[in-house]
Amino acid sequence: MLAYIIRRVFQGAFVLLIVGFIAFCMFRFMGDPLESILGQEATALDRIELRERLGLNDPIVLQYGRFVGNAVQGEFGISYRNGVPVAELISQRLPATLELALVSAVLALVFGIVLGVYTAIKREGWLANSIMSLSLIGVSLPTFLIGILLIWIFAVELGWLPSFGRGDTGSLFGIQTSLATVSGIKSIILPAITLGLYQMTLIMRLVRAEMLEVLRADYIRFARARGLSERAINFSHALKNTLLPVITIIGLQLGQIIAFAIITETVFQWPGVGLLFINAVQFVDIPVMTTYLLLVGAMFVVLNLLVDLLYAVIDPRLRVAKR
Amino acid sequence: MNSDSSDLLLDVNNLRVEIAQRQGTLTPVDDVSFKINAGEIVGVVGESGAGKSITGAAIIGLLERPAGIAGGTVSLLGQRIDNLPLKELRKIRGSQIGTIFQDPLTSLNPLQRIGDQLAETALAHLPVSRSEARDLALAALEDVGIPGAAQRLNAYPHEFSGGMRQRVVIALALIAEPSLVIADEPTTALDVSVQAQILTLLKDLCLKRGMGVMLITHDMGVIAETTDRVVVLYAGRVAEVGPTASVMRAPLHPYTAGLMGATPSATRRQGERLQQIPGSMPSLRNATVGCAFAARCQHVMPQCIDVRPPLIEHESHEVACYLHDPTVAPDGARHQLISSHGNSDGVGQ
Amino acid sequence: MNNIQNDTAKPLAWYQRAWQSDVCWSFRHTPIAMLSALVFLILVSMAIFAPWVAPHQPFDPSTLNLMDGFSPPMESAIGSGNVYWLGADDQGRDIFSTILYGMRLSLFIGVAAVFLAASLGVTLGLIAGYAGGWVDTIIMRIADIQLTFPSILVALLIFGVARGLTPPELRDQMAVWVLIFSIGLSDWVQFARTVRSSTMVEANKDYVQAARLIGRPRHVILRKHLLPNVMGPVLVIATISLALAIIAEATLSFLGVGAPPTKPSLGTLIRTGQDYLFSGEWWIILFPAMTLLLLALSVNLLGDWLRDVLNPKLR
Repeated sequence: MLAYIIRRVFQGAFVLLIVGFIAFCMFRFMGDPLESILGQEATALDRIELRERLGLNDPIVLQYGRFVGNAVQGEFGISYRNGVPVAELISQRLPATLELALVSAVLALVFGIVLGVYTAIKREGWLANSIMSLSLIGVSLPTFLIGILLIWIFAVELGWLPSFGRGDTGSLFGIQTSLATVSGIKSIILPAITLGLYQMTLIMRLVRAEMLEVLRADYIRFARARGLSERAINFSHALKNTLLPVITIIGLQLGQIIAFAIITETVFQWPGVGLLFINAVQFVDIPVMTTYLLLVGAMFVVLNLLVDLLYAVIDPRLRVAKR
Repeated sequence: MNSDSSDLLLDVNNLRVEIAQRQGTLTPVDDVSFKINAGEIVGVVGESGAGKSITGAAIIGLLERPAGIAGGTVSLLGQRIDNLPLKELRKIRGSQIGTIFQDPLTSLNPLQRIGDQLAETALAHLPVSRSEARDLALAALEDVGIPGAAQRLNAYPHEFSGGMRQRVVIALALIAEPSLVIADEPTTALDVSVQAQILTLLKDLCLKRGMGVMLITHDMGVIAETTDRVVVLYAGRVAEVGPTASVMRAPLHPYTAGLMGATPSATRRQGERLQQIPGSMPSLRNATVGCAFAARCQHVMPQCIDVRPPLIEHESHEVACYLHDPTVAPDGARHQLISSHGNSDGVGQ
Repeated sequence: MNNIQNDTAKPLAWYQRAWQSDVCWSFRHTPIAMLSALVFLILVSMAIFAPWVAPHQPFDPSTLNLMDGFSPPMESAIGSGNVYWLGADDQGRDIFSTILYGMRLSLFIGVAAVFLAASLGVTLGLIAGYAGGWVDTIIMRIADIQLTFPSILVALLIFGVARGLTPPELRDQMAVWVLIFSIGLSDWVQFARTVRSSTMVEANKDYVQAARLIGRPRHVILRKHLLPNVMGPVLVIATISLALAIIAEATLSFLGVGAPPTKPSLGTLIRTGQDYLFSGEWWIILFPAMTLLLLALSVNLLGDWLRDVLNPKLR
């Protein structure tokens, strides 16, 4: 078990190093750091001096090492666009994104699993079939269209919910969050549904497919032949075996929520890191782009690791084999 | 051997199973009839695709759509069970009919301790408390000869070897003391060395408890060692039924004779080749009007192709072949059959 | 699926015949597949023949009448008195015509991106599957890492990098090619993975071994023997990828990093339309959005059907 964890940690670190290297290459070779720091009126001498001072003449490996070292200490350079340290920008925006992602993930997980199990058990039912057909539209519908549709219905036509922004934030357990105020909760509903819907559909279809597969398994047939009730078969035998292989993919899907937040944050002008990133892409603000890449990469790796650990804890086969 | 025991356990009568497909309806089991008495082990033998497993599944109502029973009856202890609603059927499964499937590696829920799987089955059928169910589980494991049963209750299926897992499966099938056991190829997935142990175990348990057993297999060796009577299926129809020893010694149906020829036995002389039945079983899609075996049969007669031979009684067997129909077959036909299909040491003469 | 016969004489020919008849049979018996094929064909032909079908030239400033701006659907516009079927946008451009041209661009980018992704993925997949060893490891490692990130993020990053590398004055002109490049590069992994695994299966078959034994050069074996035999699933993935690419393009354009407003795609049209949602000019956003939905849905349904028919195991 310990060897397994250590191996997974090393694999994660390796992925992060590669992502870091891509980020570093972008940082180092694209855009001109001298230009952005010195501006137009700099002399050639200034440039040479600054090159030396920034260590741009050192070997690439050394520069990469320094880049990684800085990143580990939370130093990601200065935004080209507004001259503020990127770390500061990110830390201002991150809570909004995390809070949105968390609410969406919970929505996606709960509804995805429940609907997936339902549609698998009631395979022939009209409601299950309608849900499946709707889900296909849900997969085909681009996220931003869903957001616009929701805005149109609930903000423009009905006027129930705000169409943009995060509302007021309040303090909940010592954390500043919009979940603590009424206007904040009202504000998060539409973005959270928009962001979670696609993942929910995917999780639902995944759970359904896996559950149908499991329901065909020999041990389910054997359980039927032993005269167990459908409820016991569906929930105690099939569900657990369904969720086990699904955990990995669900974990990855939830990780994607952070990245998909870019779209939702743009539609709803939600002040998170995704909106920051889009603005950075538009203005080719390389330090912000690289930092975002590193951040998302780190989140994915950590999430992957957690999912693997969870898997190892749940599956008795793995528990014994890796002990 | 003890086919004289008269208490009828299972009565399958003209059973017909159909599978609705877009190209038309398939009939994997067609007009199959046989009986199993209490305390009797009946083998159901045939090539893969002959309809053995589907017959077994039909008896316990485990056919999955689009397959379904399209005709005939199945009675257990005089009560019809082929038309029961699922709720009633569920009470019979496990408590009156135990089932053992082919592959012990996939028959057990990999995420549940085997003690829990046993106790769950006991609780579903017997009026017992949780702790009593636990005791039953322990007793069941001991009955099937699992060493250290008390500790093994807490083990997961993957911690057992294949043979041990099949023992667990048997314990699961028998825990509610059913009167009939349907064992579908119970030893096919196991090592040869383990096969005999499992068969002996099954046989002993059945004798001790007076259960009837329907043993589905493609292996004539298993049939010879284990069963009292044998039902030979070919292309979804009964070819021959009779006491095992007699069917092995003097098969009446040309297909059964071929099946014997195709089974390696200890008495076979060194260097003697196994006989094969030429050709292969007709596809379900190419349904035949007459005898399904006609195309491969060396004794084929015109009526074999036109009209399906009925199951007739002949010398303590039941056989579906015109060779033994006194109204059709010319004298000496049977003699001919043995000399062309039987072993050369003149078995059956 | 079809009847299993022991026809060993010409296995390939028999297989192909069954394969084709199965697809045809299923198509004729799946109303959804026929409907989506019909919708898709109509949309595609409208896009291809946009210059002839479109009632107006929306990107020719000389034909525009600013007074026609915000003219609602099916009403005579204030300026020219023209009736715009689906209304006019803020600059008096006919929505129907802008949709046709936008769809044309969306489809072009989508098809080109899938073509790029498929060429790249099939090539790398063939090489990885046939060569094995460290070549395989490197290619599949890259694929794994890329797969960790959602393709829209990868496309955004590639877009950002490519944009950074193009001179600012060319950015708008290059936008379409940068879009194709970034969407194509973000979507090759599925192709590579599938082709790799089927290549590994095929490479062990007798006909490949025989070709190898008689000394056919490696590129000939790859091109003549392996490629045709691994293309079946590629078709399915390409169809599904087309839907994804169309959505990806629309998303990027909607995010403001895709096709420029001077040469709008469906996504750009929706982006501009969003501003008028609150002021009541719903037609500016509704019709492009519906078109995008129809397009994506019909391709998706076709892809789904094709996957079910050709390769149910492909997920």
